[in-house]
Amino acid sequence: MSDATANTQVQTGSYEPGFGDYVLLLKPRVMSLVVFTALVGLLVAPVGVSPMVGFTAILFIALGAGASGALNMWYDADIDAVMKRTAKRPVPAGKVPAGEALTLGLWLSALSVVMLGLATNWFAAGLLAFTIFFYAVIYTMWLKRSTPWNIVIGGAAGAFPPMIGWAAVTGDVSLASILMFGLTFMWTPPHFWALALFMKSDYHEADVPMLTVTHGRKETRRQVLIYTVLLAPVALGLAFTEVAGPVYLAAAIVLNAIFLKGAWDIWRRDEAVAEADNYAVEKKVFKFSLLYLFLHFGALLVDAIWRLI
Amino acid sequence: MPLAETHEIHKRRFGRNLGTALCLVGFCAVVFGLTIAKVREGGLLEANDHQPRASVLPITEETGQ
Repeated sequence: MSDATANTQVQTGSYEPGFGDYVLLLKPRVMSLVVFTALVGLLVAPVGVSPMVGFTAILFIALGAGASGALNMWYDADIDAVMKRTAKRPVPAGKVPAGEALTLGLWLSALSVVMLGLATNWFAAGLLAFTIFFYAVIYTMWLKRSTPWNIVIGGAAGAFPPMIGWAAVTGDVSLASILMFGLTFMWTPPHFWALALFMKSDYHEADVPMLTVTHGRKETRRQVLIYTVLLAPVALGLAFTEVAGPVYLAAAIVLNAIFLKGAWDIWRRDEAVAEADNYAVEKKVFKFSLLYLFLHFGALLVDAIWRLI
Repeated sequence: MPLAETHEIHKRRFGRNLGTALCLVGFCAVVFGLTIAKVREGGLLEANDHQPRASVLPITEETGQ
């Protein structure tokens, strides 16, 4: 390349992605939730594991989650560009070519599954591979654009990490790991529907069949309440397994009572009232739902530490 | 404009190269650490030197183990 060519490229400002743009493809915020829940799944398991193996397991579970995020960004670039919340993502913003997101996603998927298998066991690696497939293919390519229940079924992808963390050390599944999966799985619909209620136009403009678009906002409010009611026994049921203790039980009782009250408030409101206060209750419930999940898994961790003392 | 002049694009390119290099070094460190951990975990394994050893016999009432 001559100096003249190089200078032309610089002066015309054709965007070259920085390292941070590639990191953003991996959805670091989602990864942080995956790291936390997988870590809890790994630490509460009744089998010990060397710190290095545990660290490697969490690292590659997180990388697998990141890989599925990159695949999601590759496939969803068209609808991400339409939605205000996602328009600044690297692919729709024109910072990273879609093909690079696909390549990165595929390579990281393969790397994370193989490394998790070598570091721990192939059952956990298989679960991770299935999770990536479920999120990238079942949810992103199929359910997201075809059914308003996309969030309900697709939520399974985000629910697998604690189960993978558990499987990484035990090589198995148990009632406790299934209930940890169930907790995140049942939590996902009310969490996302609360978001959809106040991100009004985004899903509509992108023509994503979100429940608010296909069944209306009143029905969405009803479904938030239904799924929050169904979530409570799962969350409380986990309290009676070997991984939980008094701290988790107390936390689950309080957190589910607050979440149920929030869901009840959402159900009782109509659109006029919600619009008048700029969806204050919906926003509050959405923010609380993040805390809800974090504190449930945090309480499991506290109980595990408590047992060690 | 000479190539030596630093432009924002050069900084971004350097950042990307540095990030990639650190990732590769990190990956090597993880593989090395994992190897050490696995070797330590497998401390009770014995290579087959074709000599009969009590420790490799199956546990039965006769062997008393």
